[in-house]
Amino acid sequence: MVLGFTLLLLFPMGLALYMSLTDWPLLGEHHFIGLDNYREIMIDKMFWRVLGNTVYFTAGLVPLNIVLALLLALLLSKSLRGIGIFRTAIFVPVMTSLIVWAIVWKLMYATESGLINQLLLMMGIKGPAWLYNQDLAMPAVIVTSVLKNVGLNMVLFIAAIQQVPRSLYEAAKLDGAGRQKTFFHVTLPMITPTVFLTVVMTVIGSLKVFGQIYVMTQGGPSNSTKVLVYYIWEKAFKLFQFGYASALAYVLFAIVLILTLLQWQLRKRWVFNEGDG
Amino acid sequence: MKAMAKPSFRTAGGAVGTYLLLTLISIIMIVPFIWMISTSFKEPQSIFTYPPQWIPEPFRFQNYIDVFRLIPFHRFYFNSVYIAVVVVLGTVFFASLAGYAFAKIPFKGRNVVFLILLSAMMIPHEVTAIPMFLFMRQLGWIDTHLPLILLPIFGAGGVFGIFVMRQFFITVPTELEEAAMVDGCNRFRIYAQIMLPIAKPGMATLTIFTFVTNWNEFFDPLIFINSRELMTLPLGLSLFTDEVGTAWQYLMSATVMATIPLLIVFFMAQRRFIEGVAMTGLKE
Repeated sequence: MVLGFTLLLLFPMGLALYMSLTDWPLLGEHHFIGLDNYREIMIDKMFWRVLGNTVYFTAGLVPLNIVLALLLALLLSKSLRGIGIFRTAIFVPVMTSLIVWAIVWKLMYATESGLINQLLLMMGIKGPAWLYNQDLAMPAVIVTSVLKNVGLNMVLFIAAIQQVPRSLYEAAKLDGAGRQKTFFHVTLPMITPTVFLTVVMTVIGSLKVFGQIYVMTQGGPSNSTKVLVYYIWEKAFKLFQFGYASALAYVLFAIVLILTLLQWQLRKRWVFNEGDG
Repeated sequence: MKAMAKPSFRTAGGAVGTYLLLTLISIIMIVPFIWMISTSFKEPQSIFTYPPQWIPEPFRFQNYIDVFRLIPFHRFYFNSVYIAVVVVLGTVFFASLAGYAFAKIPFKGRNVVFLILLSAMMIPHEVTAIPMFLFMRQLGWIDTHLPLILLPIFGAGGVFGIFVMRQFFITVPTELEEAAMVDGCNRFRIYAQIMLPIAKPGMATLTIFTFVTNWNEFFDPLIFINSRELMTLPLGLSLFTDEVGTAWQYLMSATVMATIPLLIVFFMAQRRFIEGVAMTGLKE
């Protein structure tokens, strides 16, 4: 069984590394070309474009997602009547297929028949062609993506908040701390391990964004939403340049790995640890 | 003064504000679904009517029937259901066996192997997808369902399953096993008759997770499947966003139908699923 997993996870990993050092077409022989693919990536204008787009997506999505999830978790960890309904409403998009969500939002953004522009029209505003405008397409996709997955981080934050010992809140109250102070000096420090985990996971997830781009914009208009994984997919499975695509995939892997290691190092500095006193 | 120092945040104004804010956000979350359902019953010309029509007039149920005529929708549906069922059964079976081994059977290098497995979960899917494509092509399995069934069971999804099951088995006291061994039970009977019943909550969590993940899977079907007859729901639907042109009413009735099984699973298992997310801390 372990052999099976090795075969399906580690062996492809090695093969991908080798492929990234070759020109590997769909048909015909492949040749070992050393680091040529990586050199070409460095001077590939489109690579830098898609990398920039990927960073744009991540930098837009992660803070929005984390802040909104934290806010919702704070509101929903209170014992208010009917709280389950709200939790469910916010969690349902997490369950839904990303593709279905993206298709529905594509309709929401549609220039003539879309709900958003129809609502804007009721306020006397003529809405733009959201997904066909170079400056608006990426923000539109970001909003869709935040709403899709904010429930996931919210649930993790709720679980973390409920773990905070009640005695700490009582102590804070005795010290006369207000709501804001209590949040910044009790709740937030106590849940930093979860915040850390969700930030890392959300960043990594954002770097790998693909499905909603595929459905909503196909990387357009004029490459303004073309992200790294979309580019990898295009090179590998549309143009069948497996060597170059593998090298791109390894660049993605390197970025993910560096970020994970970096955040792991930083973690020691700012994540609350009960043992430290 | 005493009253102002009350512990809870729940002053009357605060509660109303909280409800308003939550209602607003919930509406933003739910409106796309309502718009989807509403559009699914519309006639093409009433999609464009202004102001927006929430309850279509005329109300056209026929869209739901036409979908099956326009695209091989029943095939997408059947493929999605049977692949999800096979993947769930396979994952739970293999993951519980391996999870038991990693939790309870001491063997050489157990922890090292387990760590390697866990670190393999970090590998971006996009890296292994390219060699997998060539591998499957070599085997002649492109445009069959075999990659869509085998890769989740033995790939990252399987590793996640082992992890979940191991966490459950590890909490079982060793004395229980030792007692069973004294009574003459062999390893397999211990696994089947003692361990599995205890791990039922874990199996349930894993079942829901695997089903949802698999039902929503998009990248692999996109790579491995070419024929319409073999497509799963997410892939089939995504291909028709442009091909049907602006026939949103059909696309929406198809997406409504594609979402129903997920919602049923969700509402049946809601508590367990949300707890499961919180417990394991990750979804994919």
